[in-house]
Amino acid sequence: MSTHLRSVSVAYGTGGRALDGITMAIGPGEQVAIIGPSGAGKTTLLHTLASALKPGEGAVTVLGSDPWRLSQTELQRLRRRLFLAPQAPPLPPRQRVVNAVLAGRLPEWSTWRALRSLVYPADIRSARTALARFRIEDKLFLRCDRLSGGERQRVGLARLLASPAELFLLDEPVSALDPALAQAALQVLQGEASARGASMVVSLHAVDLALARFPRIVGLREGKVLFDLPRPAVDEALLIELYGSELCNSFQAPPEHQAEALPICRGCV
Amino acid sequence: MRVTDTVTYKDPAWHTRITWTVVFLAVLLPAGWLAEFNPAVLWDEANLRTVGHFLGTFLPPAHSLEFLNMVAIATWKTIAIATVGTVLAAIIGFPAALAANRALSLSALTTGRMAPWAAAVRWTVRAVLIFLRSVPEVVWALLIVRAVGLGDTAGVLAIALTYGGMLGKVYLEIFESTDVEATRSLLRNGAGRTQGFFYGMLPACLPELTSYTVYRWECAIRASVIMGFVGAGGLGQQMELSMRMLAGGEVITMLAVFVGLVWIADQVSLQLRKWTE
Repeated sequence: MSTHLRSVSVAYGTGGRALDGITMAIGPGEQVAIIGPSGAGKTTLLHTLASALKPGEGAVTVLGSDPWRLSQTELQRLRRRLFLAPQAPPLPPRQRVVNAVLAGRLPEWSTWRALRSLVYPADIRSARTALARFRIEDKLFLRCDRLSGGERQRVGLARLLASPAELFLLDEPVSALDPALAQAALQVLQGEASARGASMVVSLHAVDLALARFPRIVGLREGKVLFDLPRPAVDEALLIELYGSELCNSFQAPPEHQAEALPICRGCV
Repeated sequence: MRVTDTVTYKDPAWHTRITWTVVFLAVLLPAGWLAEFNPAVLWDEANLRTVGHFLGTFLPPAHSLEFLNMVAIATWKTIAIATVGTVLAAIIGFPAALAANRALSLSALTTGRMAPWAAAVRWTVRAVLIFLRSVPEVVWALLIVRAVGLGDTAGVLAIALTYGGMLGKVYLEIFESTDVEATRSLLRNGAGRTQGFFYGMLPACLPELTSYTVYRWECAIRASVIMGFVGAGGLGQQMELSMRMLAGGEVITMLAVFVGLVWIADQVSLQLRKWTE
């Protein structure tokens, strides 16, 4: 079941392009990291892949079908097979963690089953197992607004484990976790994807994580694919080209010397 | 077209804000004049004497056992009218708010616009809600009293219709003003609209829904008094009799009961908010 974009462009409401002629294919079971500076179009790209956003131009194929030729019902059926995790975990503050995790099962459940599960949680065991893989099983019956930012993010990821998805689209899934936890969480997600044979596209701002854990790296800059290479082919020169002066600023100049450092930075780009 | 690259330090919202303030004042001031709002008539000597005389009969409050017994029964009826009326109103308003809910629209999810038929349903439901609440409950009561005769049923139905319109409108606003990302995220991952509502939207806005409904219940208690004046049962019907006989002592006793009822409603609302918070 292939997923691919051909010459896809998405316009901003304010003019300009969020995505500009993107062509890429995600094979079955493939794991891809998307990196690039803020505003490069990483989130828009994930939304387009998730058929959450209809591009202005170009062709989209998600899990073997064109989402924008489907009826509303068929489109919703297609969406059941993927999981788009937004950057901010979408958890209602007063919902209990157990229900937030089991919400991942909604695509498989009838409306009636979903309502019954609010009265008494349908599958406490699987919710707990999913949480345990991120080491937060003790939060099972707490309300989401009692959690820290990192815990909320992991609850969002536990929902993914509970869902039946075969395409994982994750927007900065570990941005609120410390480096060790981030490594561990990515390992769980990647292990789950391999076990299911699911494809996985992850946007990351931590370049080191992307390089350490993913076999294929896509560099996105100003809505265009700057490079789409196997991990070993990504070198420092490419990264400097991708991040430009942003990389120079953050790595070379301490804040108090930024003004002096800028000319050197321009030189290094 | 010339492209300017000068930086502007002006607040872009300033002109809009000034305009609306001027429009608001321009509408408000003539409205006060049209309504002949003139607080001075309150201090007119003849008026003061009449009111003073009536207020003089307020003390002592009526407290004969027979009268208190009758007030207790009327109070119970008033509570029953308000409660059943509000429950029926919620039964009208809740599904209406769900049907007209923009945040649950699957077509708006991707295109930002609702499908034409969905938009039509939304506007129809909104129009029905506007109609229901634009007829004041007293007018509904008068109409229904004609149909079903004097008594509590008329009060219940009148509250159900007007408040159904109000609850529907406010529920809808609550649904659409809460953070919709949780719901959208579920819909984007293939959940149905009902599922999205119960797992994304409802947990986010349950306290607002409860406290507004309880507030409406409090309003319904007061409204049922006014409807009592046109024969729709409860405490109001008693109060109208006492007023007409200028029995100030009875009026003050019943007013005290009202203050008590509103205070109880306030406490109930507070408790419910604490539980759902």
